[in-house]
Amino acid sequence: MGTDRTRLGFWLLIAPLAVWLLALIVLPHVGMFLVSLRERVGVREYETSLANYAVFFNEPLYWNTFARTAYMSISATALTLLIGFPIAYYIAKLTRGRTKTTLFLMCLIPFWVSELVRTFGWMILLRETGIFSGLLQYLGLVGGPVEMLYNDAAIMTGLVYTSMLFMVVPLVTTLDSLDDSLIEAGYDLGASGFAILREIVIPHAMPGIVSGCIVVFMLSLGNYLTPILLGGKDSLWFTGLIYDQFITRFNWELGSAFGFLLLGLSSLIVFLGLKLSGQSLGKTMAQT
Amino acid sequence: MKTTIFLSASALALSSFGAQAETLRLLTWGGYAPENVIEMFEAETGHTVEVTKSNNEEMIAKLRATNGGGFDLAQPSQDRIAGPQIEFGIYKPLDLSKIDASQFIPSMLEATKANTTVDGEVYGVPHVWGTSGLVLNTAMAGDVKDYTDLCSDAVAGKVSYRLKRATLTGFAFAMGMDPFAAYDDEEAYQDILDKVEAKLIECKPNVKAYWGGGDELKNLLRSGEVTAAMAWDTGGWQLNDDNPDITFVAPTSGALGWIDTFAIPARGRADEAAYAWINFVMQPEIAAMITGAAGNFTASKGGDANVDDALKAKYQKSFPQEAIDNVKWYPVVPAGIEALEGATLDRINAAN
Repeated sequence: MGTDRTRLGFWLLIAPLAVWLLALIVLPHVGMFLVSLRERVGVREYETSLANYAVFFNEPLYWNTFARTAYMSISATALTLLIGFPIAYYIAKLTRGRTKTTLFLMCLIPFWVSELVRTFGWMILLRETGIFSGLLQYLGLVGGPVEMLYNDAAIMTGLVYTSMLFMVVPLVTTLDSLDDSLIEAGYDLGASGFAILREIVIPHAMPGIVSGCIVVFMLSLGNYLTPILLGGKDSLWFTGLIYDQFITRFNWELGSAFGFLLLGLSSLIVFLGLKLSGQSLGKTMAQT
Repeated sequence: MKTTIFLSASALALSSFGAQAETLRLLTWGGYAPENVIEMFEAETGHTVEVTKSNNEEMIAKLRATNGGGFDLAQPSQDRIAGPQIEFGIYKPLDLSKIDASQFIPSMLEATKANTTVDGEVYGVPHVWGTSGLVLNTAMAGDVKDYTDLCSDAVAGKVSYRLKRATLTGFAFAMGMDPFAAYDDEEAYQDILDKVEAKLIECKPNVKAYWGGGDELKNLLRSGEVTAAMAWDTGGWQLNDDNPDITFVAPTSGALGWIDTFAIPARGRADEAAYAWINFVMQPEIAAMITGAAGNFTASKGGDANVDDALKAKYQKSFPQEAIDNVKWYPVVPAGIEALEGATLDRINAAN
């Protein structure tokens, strides 16, 4: 009787999650996978084949774009970690009470406006007739207007800015749980600041670093708005290619294949990243 | 006694009204369904109108996703109806007896009907037409006469165009080729595309950014960051109000002419309201109001009579008679051509 009741409770609790996963994630992906296997051979004629996947590997343009997107996303992740770690450390270890809450809130505030507005904000700042260019001219540092928009650096800025919060939050959580006495003990034993960072702080923060990196990498790789709006004429982004196939080329078959390749290849990169850093997903999840 | 008659009469009016009143879900372009026109239509017919603004590609993508459902009237360009109809079956044939043909400019109506006929059924009638060509800041880019001049050193770094099929077509004409004549010959068309691709890659350093939306381009031109662009006529005329130096110029190889149509989606549920809307907006006075809002002229007979003089003057300045005669009207896009163009555009986008 008791076990029956717990079992019922378990199913009731799991039901919303199961419905969510099945209806919004599994089913659409199954449908998309079936579409990706269709090859258009004529008007309203389709055959089952892997031709759409072959297109990706045969046309250098597509895998170059994917490689570029992955490389840029990895760089953005590394940059976010480099900038985010000192911030998180400061918030978690060097502040108390009100200051801590305020600083944490300041990281959060940019996320109260939508991503579109944030990106447009960067466009206003960076464009040739924009604020930065005007300021530099006013200060006499440059002779004429400078264009800072429409290049990879602008994309990188936008990506790092957009994903900063997702790095800082897990880092603050893990660093918070680090006992200060461990750091003090390190100093007592005569370790340098760098040695303490390397031997005590980073190993402890590793789960936070890994989960932050996974989230930031996935967000950057799947970002559409920022690369499209801030990027220039050479700045292809893989999600932009998928959008083009679906919306402007009416080629759902190729678009679906690209979608699956993005899913598979990004999972592979995350897997390799975990292997290289000697972490496992389960360990990371348990500690953050 | 009097009141009873009045009451029953009004009840009758209400019930007959209620049976007919439908919600028209209109999938259209910005400016084609101005607020004041919708109010007049709703007051006259009792139908209500819900407007969704879109563009050619999105219209087809949206209708394809629902097999032609979700909207009751769409306004794709005339060259983009037959191909998607054959491929995806997203429209239903028009009942021409429900459309007042006398309100249309006959030549435009016949041309559109011919271009949108699939298996003997007509799928589109014309509404708004216009061209794409060059929008120039004549003070700084006065030397640009044709699309290929966008690649000259005089305007280096100050150029913008879209990475869409119109750009490929325009450059092909400016390079002395006729892409429309090659539509039915895939090999010849690929040959033209390859030449245009080489030209556009060579031209790439000149481009500041490929524009995506009309407002983006207007910002670039208004701020002076771009002085020469490939765009729609109305964009140039609207900017002309803000800066008299900026205007639309028909390129020497010919502006590209488009006609946006009315087509009824396959699973539209308010056909009565759709036909009522078509007949309503094609009245000359209403057509003039739409021209005022959208900036483009309509296929309504006599619709240009009431258009304000400033717009007419701009139109006449951009289009002397020989430029009108030289307009290249888009023929029907055959299925399959767009895949070739897509691959070309991707390669141009990726080239360094």
